[in-house]
Amino acid sequence: MSNNILVWVEQFKGQAASASWEAIGLARTLAGSLGGQVIACVLGQGVGAVAQEAISYGADQVLICDDATVDDFRPEPYVALLAKAVKDQDPAAVVMVASSRGRDLAGGLAAEVGVGVIADCTSFRLDGDKFTATRPIYAGKLLSDVTATARPVIVTIRSRAFPKPEPDAARAGQVTNVTPVLAEDAIVGKVVEWVTEEGKVNLADAKIIVSGGRGVGGPEGFAPIRDLAVALNAAVGASRAAVDAGWIPYAHQVGQTGKTVSPDMYIACGISGAIQHQAGMRTAKLIVAINKDPEAPIYKLARYGVVGDLFQVVPALTEEFKKRLGK
Amino acid sequence: MHIVVCVKQVPDSAAVLKVDEAGKVSWGDAPLIVNPWDDYAVEEALLIKEKHGGQVTAITVGPEGAKDALKDPLAKGADKAILLSDASFARMDGAALATVLAAAIKKLGDVDMVLFGQSSIDAQTGMTASAVARKLGFNALTFVAKIRELDPAGKKIAVERLLEEGKQVVASKLPAAVSVVKGINAPRYASFMGIRKAAKAAIPVWSAGDVGVDAAALAPRVEWARTYAPPPREGACEMVTGDSPQQIAAALADKIMGEKIL
Repeated sequence: MSNNILVWVEQFKGQAASASWEAIGLARTLAGSLGGQVIACVLGQGVGAVAQEAISYGADQVLICDDATVDDFRPEPYVALLAKAVKDQDPAAVVMVASSRGRDLAGGLAAEVGVGVIADCTSFRLDGDKFTATRPIYAGKLLSDVTATARPVIVTIRSRAFPKPEPDAARAGQVTNVTPVLAEDAIVGKVVEWVTEEGKVNLADAKIIVSGGRGVGGPEGFAPIRDLAVALNAAVGASRAAVDAGWIPYAHQVGQTGKTVSPDMYIACGISGAIQHQAGMRTAKLIVAINKDPEAPIYKLARYGVVGDLFQVVPALTEEFKKRLGK
Repeated sequence: MHIVVCVKQVPDSAAVLKVDEAGKVSWGDAPLIVNPWDDYAVEEALLIKEKHGGQVTAITVGPEGAKDALKDPLAKGADKAILLSDASFARMDGAALATVLAAAIKKLGDVDMVLFGQSSIDAQTGMTASAVARKLGFNALTFVAKIRELDPAGKKIAVERLLEEGKQVVASKLPAAVSVVKGINAPRYASFMGIRKAAKAAIPVWSAGDVGVDAAALAPRVEWARTYAPPPREGACEMVTGDSPQQIAAALADKIMGEKIL
């Protein structure tokens, strides 16, 4: 077995997922400790620039498969290619982001190659030669330390849990072309189309999230929430109550049966803070709560709280930030 | 159509979890329930059966008490349920779990679709569907928000998947492993008659030997060394007040700007 760390760099339409650079950063640290190299796997079509980016963020080598069959992520050709890379490279670990695609790939790859997965890591360390990671369970109500008893091991990381390295355009690395393992006629799943107008919400990567709950009162109550989100360049989140009431699509839901998020700032508007909601956002760096009810449990997590009518406070806050941020 | 739906028993999402010094997790009086995301998988299985005919089999892995999680799909209309239980299943990792589920599904014979919730609310890895798919040689269709087309005779399926960039429409073949997200349907409640029937239903228990899995093949490659409560958030909440919404907003903006995150 080598001491190299393999990283799958996720991309969509030729654009790398920012959290993949966080994965490269972790791989760089591990490879440094083990005395190995970081080998990035870039799969897609027209992804030469992504390969160069991977080097600038810390990859020593890039295995690139630039082919129509791997243009859009599909589990069959991706698992086949990564399985071959694992066999060829014999790495100590394979690192990827615990995104939707990362979960598909990690699960499929683990089953295909017969290796373990340390999933959803928020911190990682080497105890001697042992890989140990911390991961939230029950959506962050508890933490668990997970240890790999065999190598290689697949490691999936939560977005925004590890620092993103500073890119260095002067870094040099070796790029190797690899060919697809599966031909198109051997792949069962076909991507028919993308519907991107609805459901385009990436809460996991958001630096700032403005969220609305039962207190917004209806679908139109999300208008001031959206306005504040625009002013702050933030994503819009929601509590389960607002989603279950049909006011906003499920893709926005934060909490135990929605997304677990870890932004720099989380502004909870009209959200009381049920335990299921807290589980999904308690690791935000700064939490601000705006609510009518001074007894709402959300204030127990918040750094700053306002007791008041969100329909008055939120628009005023939007105006204030527009002024200060020069919008 | 023979549809297998995989469910997991978990503590209720409202449970307050405690960990003792030995690392044992407890949830007080909170009930054990069917994983909330699996409710949508069960409902989707029943809707497909109602439209296309066939049978629904619910399976779970766990101790004897996990039979309770199978009574719920049985009460709602699943045709049968099987508990996979064995001393060697107690410390499995995700890959071993997929091995056991896949072996049980193979034993069930001609299965057209395996349904899962998108993940469990406890471990929340969301990898079981794709791992089981690989073990069975099925295509994995995960995070499905809608089944657009289903043609059991032609062995065809098309789905909408909810991903970070929007919805991806994928056409594929049966058999398939499908995981579903919240909102794909509105799960029904079990009827009183259904609950009574499920209470009396015999639920077979399959061991590792019954599904032809060697216990040695289930040795975990990752181990959960320690479980503990996260550190409490530091600092009390500072209430921001003012005579008008504008004053409150200005004071709050001062505080937020002071945190240097904008």
